Amino acid sequence: MQNLMQTSLRILLALSVVAGLPAAAWAGDDSLLPVVPQAQDRYSKTQGCVEPTTEMRKNHMEYILHQRDETMHRGIRTRQYSLEQCINCHVSDAPDAPRVSSDEHFCNSCHSYAAVSIDCFQCHADRPVKTPNPHALSGHAKSANQAAVLPAEPHQALATEVISND
Amino acid sequence: MTDNANIDTYRRRFLGNTATAIAGLSVAPGVFLHEVAQARPADEAVTSDVRWGMLIDTNKCANGCTDCVTSCNDEHGLTGHGRPETDAQWIRKVDLRDKQTGHTQSLPLLCQHCEHPPCVDVCPTGASFKRADGIVLVDKHICIGCRYCMMACPYKARSFIHEALQDQLPHAPRGKGTVESCTFCVHRVDEGRTPACVEACTAENHNAMVFGDINDPDSKIAMQLKQHSSRQIRADLNLNTGVRYRGI
Repeated sequence: MQNLMQTSLRILLALSVVAGLPAAAWAGDDSLLPVVPQAQDRYSKTQGCVEPTTEMRKNHMEYILHQRDETMHRGIRTRQYSLEQCINCHVSDAPDAPRVSSDEHFCNSCHSYAAVSIDCFQCHADRPVKTPNPHALSGHAKSANQAAVLPAEPHQALATEVISND
Repeated sequence: MTDNANIDTYRRRFLGNTATAIAGLSVAPGVFLHEVAQARPADEAVTSDVRWGMLIDTNKCANGCTDCVTSCNDEHGLTGHGRPETDAQWIRKVDLRDKQTGHTQSLPLLCQHCEHPPCVDVCPTGASFKRADGIVLVDKHICIGCRYCMMACPYKARSFIHEALQDQLPHAPRGKGTVESCTFCVHRVDEGRTPACVEACTAENHNAMVFGDINDPDSKIAMQLKQHSSRQIRADLNLNTGVRYRGI
């Protein structure tokens, strides 16, 4: 419990440092401060992200955590605060775009600077993946897009199990 | 604020009921629009008014056909390491053979989405849970990988991820150290679509699998369950499974 408290405190401290940076420094090429990649799109004409940028810098994890539980347990699938939407907007879907292990990835650009490690992407996709069309999923017509995502390893080994009844 | 929220809830429920009632009206004798009523708005939580279930007709399930398995693997990005004992599998084909008569049968076995799931009973962290609409899931954010649920499941439906994964799909987050199993394609169901295995089986014209709301008397699955006899696997355990079988 104490460990957890310490960790949270450390995270908060690190984030408050980052959030307090002057906005202009974020894009400075020569500075030691992180270079955060531009988002692919804007939320609206007046607003860049789903909440004001300063709020998102400080509290993005609260929004994602809340949405996580709502989606997982109650089946609420609004898109505004979903991690998938964060990634869709903030990360490029180009094949050679930086992955989360790189400092040039949107999330990691700042997280590595702040020395806050996250485990979201041990499970979640760290880049946008276009949902293949439903017919591509039946295994009859694989789209090129899907082939790029799924390794071509066969997975039929245990597809059949035989039980004999005496 | 609270009053407003209450009014909104009441209004939403009333509107929802009205919509359901209207959708339930017939457009022509014998033709019902009940499928339309199943689409739930994205901002509305699941309720126990619905119970998702599956009916599998083993007489229509072709021996040697693994379309449901393949489509499940594709849908969720399940890949193996060539180690069948430990590779993840959410659905598998089981061949049954009566030694006396030589009669063989084939059926797909997946998470049975029990009403009283043993995996939920034994989970020490609350990661294994049943959603209000009857879908049994693992919250991998909470799962500590103890695998009690795998021991408790009478259907061997769950898998443990032993190795670090890459390139998971956005709708199917999976990771090392957690347990996983069939989700009834919850991401599809929430959009009003059917699970990938059912879609593949239907696309191939086998039509061995029917998916729907057991609680809705007008749904295809409820009507078939009423009309034909069906069985639960290990019915003696009184788990009231959401997956039922015909022909076994």
